[in-house]
Amino acid sequence: MTAPVPIQLTVNGERVEAQVLPRLNLADFLRDQLGLTGTHVGCEHGVCGACTVRVDGEIVRACLLLAVQTHGMAVETIEGISDSGEVADLQAAFRMRNALQCGYCTPAMLMTAQDLLRHEPAPDREQIREHLSGNYCRCTGYHAIIDAVEATALARRGEAS
Amino acid sequence: MNDGVDLNRGLSVLDRPNSYIGKTVPRPNLDRLMQGRGQYVSDMSLPRMAHVVFLRSPYAHARIVSIDAAAAKAMPGVIAVVTGRELAEVITPWVGVLTHLKGLKSAPQHAIAIDRVCWQGEAVAAIAATSRALAEDAAEQVMVDYEELTPVTDMRTALATETPVIHPDLGDNLAFERNLDAGEIDKAFAGSDEVVEAEFVFGRHTGVTLEPRAVLADWNPGDQRLTIYQGTQAPHMVQNISAKHLGLEEAQVRVVCKDVGGSFGIKVHIYADEMATYALAKLLRRPIKFVADRVESFNTDIHARDHICKGRIGVNKDGTITGFEIDDLTGIGPYSMYPRTSAIEANQVVNLVGGPYTAPNYRARARVVFQNKNVTCQYRAVGHPIACSVTEGLVDLAAKKIGMDPVEIRRKNLIADDAYPCASPSGMKFEALSHQASLDRLFAMMDYNALRAEQAELRKQGIYRGIGIASFIEVTNPAAAFYGVGGARISSQDGVTVRLDATGAVICQTSLTEQGQGSESLTAQIVGSVLGVSMNNVRVILGDTDNTPYGGGTWASRGAGIGGEAALQSAKALRSNILDVAAAILQAQPGDLDIVDNAVVDAAGGAQRIELHELARIVYFRPDTLPPGFQAELMATRHYVPRDYPFAFTNGVQASWLEVDPNTGFIKLLKHWVVEDCGTLINPQLVDEQIRGGVVQGLGAAMYEHCIYDERGQLTNANMADYLVPMAGEMPDIDVGHVVSPTMESELGAKGAGEAGTAGAAACVANAVNDALSPFDVTITEIPLTPRLILTALGVA
Repeated sequence: MTAPVPIQLTVNGERVEAQVLPRLNLADFLRDQLGLTGTHVGCEHGVCGACTVRVDGEIVRACLLLAVQTHGMAVETIEGISDSGEVADLQAAFRMRNALQCGYCTPAMLMTAQDLLRHEPAPDREQIREHLSGNYCRCTGYHAIIDAVEATALARRGEAS
Repeated sequence: MNDGVDLNRGLSVLDRPNSYIGKTVPRPNLDRLMQGRGQYVSDMSLPRMAHVVFLRSPYAHARIVSIDAAAAKAMPGVIAVVTGRELAEVITPWVGVLTHLKGLKSAPQHAIAIDRVCWQGEAVAAIAATSRALAEDAAEQVMVDYEELTPVTDMRTALATETPVIHPDLGDNLAFERNLDAGEIDKAFAGSDEVVEAEFVFGRHTGVTLEPRAVLADWNPGDQRLTIYQGTQAPHMVQNISAKHLGLEEAQVRVVCKDVGGSFGIKVHIYADEMATYALAKLLRRPIKFVADRVESFNTDIHARDHICKGRIGVNKDGTITGFEIDDLTGIGPYSMYPRTSAIEANQVVNLVGGPYTAPNYRARARVVFQNKNVTCQYRAVGHPIACSVTEGLVDLAAKKIGMDPVEIRRKNLIADDAYPCASPSGMKFEALSHQASLDRLFAMMDYNALRAEQAELRKQGIYRGIGIASFIEVTNPAAAFYGVGGARISSQDGVTVRLDATGAVICQTSLTEQGQGSESLTAQIVGSVLGVSMNNVRVILGDTDNTPYGGGTWASRGAGIGGEAALQSAKALRSNILDVAAAILQAQPGDLDIVDNAVVDAAGGAQRIELHELARIVYFRPDTLPPGFQAELMATRHYVPRDYPFAFTNGVQASWLEVDPNTGFIKLLKHWVVEDCGTLINPQLVDEQIRGGVVQGLGAAMYEHCIYDERGQLTNANMADYLVPMAGEMPDIDVGHVVSPTMESELGAKGAGEAGTAGAAACVANAVNDALSPFDVTITEIPLTPRLILTALGVA
């Protein structure tokens, strides 16, 4: 089956109708057809985590999901959760802690960190390291990222970092 | 937070009121990266843009008998299929040698192979199509007939007479050899109480930038100009090289470098496939985009290290180290990389071994050999991890032999902090280092004695923990000695232009580039401080050869020390110009005025006289009100390169605390400490983060990262599932401390910090593993320290 398939989904709350080839993965669909370049491509086989997005509320690797599989679903990318202000505090913590250098892993790192904080409001450093352990960062050495996530968790619980 | 110890210096331009120097301030413009609104080359698109895919050789060494592209050319979306011979019509080949590396030889390399492929992954054809996917579909239909040749894969036998010579015209597989003999090593060893030796093995690894190499080349036949959008560390170098080989003037090429998804030395080179992309744009007269996929990255991004180094150390019973000797062998693939060459690392190993120590006797041999594997070249901390691991491994072996504590033997032999200036046995000039102060600080930070007590206590319970220490010297701020003297047109100076705009804000154009190190931040911090302008009023422009001064870029830890000083000097010049204008307007003497908080003030008393936006308004819009004959100049440019020292040497020391499970061979990193001395700290947080990132790259090399080739030259783990990299779950917290010895050569006093972390991390881990395993009486001198390697050493695998 090589003909384009029609799909309907919402992306960052906007209704999207598109024709996609069955082989097109979600990362390439978001980037190339919708121009949402915040979802990055690193390894293309589910290891580095750079393409992490949310589909129906759960984080997934957009390089391992086909665009046709998202028919009828709600996809959220870094652009969406930035504009809504959902991760503004996390982004501020990353800025203060210099928890990014080249910034290529950062959108997905924020996606994954936010996922942790939604499920576990009081993670310790080991839990943060564990949850982020599928997101590759070559620049920071992770320490600053762990600090930023920890500080955000504390602040959200009303405790000083 | 500056917790450093300033060893000298009085007040300077850096100590102005509201100075940003030495302060942790957030980097400007992080928000767009965090919102996914960065502009990496892989995100870019241009009208009529085509995508190129390279068909790559499955063999490490083979003759190309024929290429049949007829079927591919007929496929949907395909614009062209271009072979090496066809592409050679528009781009000339190159040879990666430098004249100051005497005897270095290499063979002409083409953008796409013509008759023969020399490593698995070398491109044999380019397929341009309207999408990457269609180009990949077509690539599958290009039929290449190969005749496989014997590959040279084992560097130990690369020079043997029975081994085929990869490039027959060169005579043998020896690319470069350097010998050094300083002092009297034979006499020193003969007179030593003990001489200890070992063979150190360093696996091949690679940079694994998260964004693969990406380039978009746009030849515009209308204005006869080539615009290259590329994630590069050295835009002016790319401009020069691309122009040279495409037969263009430099002015016909513009290189634009926007956001870069990781570099680490990987993106300071010019790769054959990038050259081919530039040439294809010219040939096909349209924008061509190449983005390496991850498999291509592993097969074609430069690899690094791959050394076997025999080392010897002499030591007396009182702990005095008498000398070092090394015999280093390294394999670089089939070509010396262009234009920086692949011999620099071995040269650096010779330069750096034994460097922190007082022993004057040193003999070294380094041989660089060709292989049918991917090319190796400069990656973060060039040569440093090899030199540090050999030196510090030998020092620990010597200490063990005479029963001395590893810290004690270092205290006894590290160059004294009051001994400078001095030189190493290999002739490296040291302006001022701080080995002893750094070791003292590390000792305190890690609470060394408490750790030793804990180690002894746990060992009784069958828990094997180890402490590893590694001192190092680090090469930063390279002047012309790296490349310029060897004939490479790679600028060693950097330049900054600063101007006051019509609203009183400041625009800086710097030849530095930004890959996340903080070039933008340090430039804004320095310029803001010197000019008395708030950082948020300073905008930095970089990464565009049409719009920045000519300069080297960001590599070899030169940004802060060289580009930073250029920023300081240009800001001083502009400040002087602004005060001249202010004096003319205010009928005052320039020397009686100062600039503070975006306004000209009285130097004495600080009373505000005129705000900068008002001064700029007068200059730009009402120059008629200025005194007759006075021409205001609200723009200044300065360049800088160090002259007295060919490099600014820095130093540091690291320690690792880890646990080895003798049943599984697994290592658990528990804690890592670094003390380093990069001179003036411009932004302490950015320095710390450079160190931490570097440490983790070194830890990756120590424990996981390895490009594994089989005997046919096939890279067997060219993906991120099989090539292991450090992830958050395995990495420890890393404490960083500083000693501050500014270089007196520049007013800023900054030295580099980018190599330090990588330089010493692997040595620390290896020493800590051997310390942990000391009850088993095994010594491992090979990295990566995989569980299998450890279990084999323990005799249980």
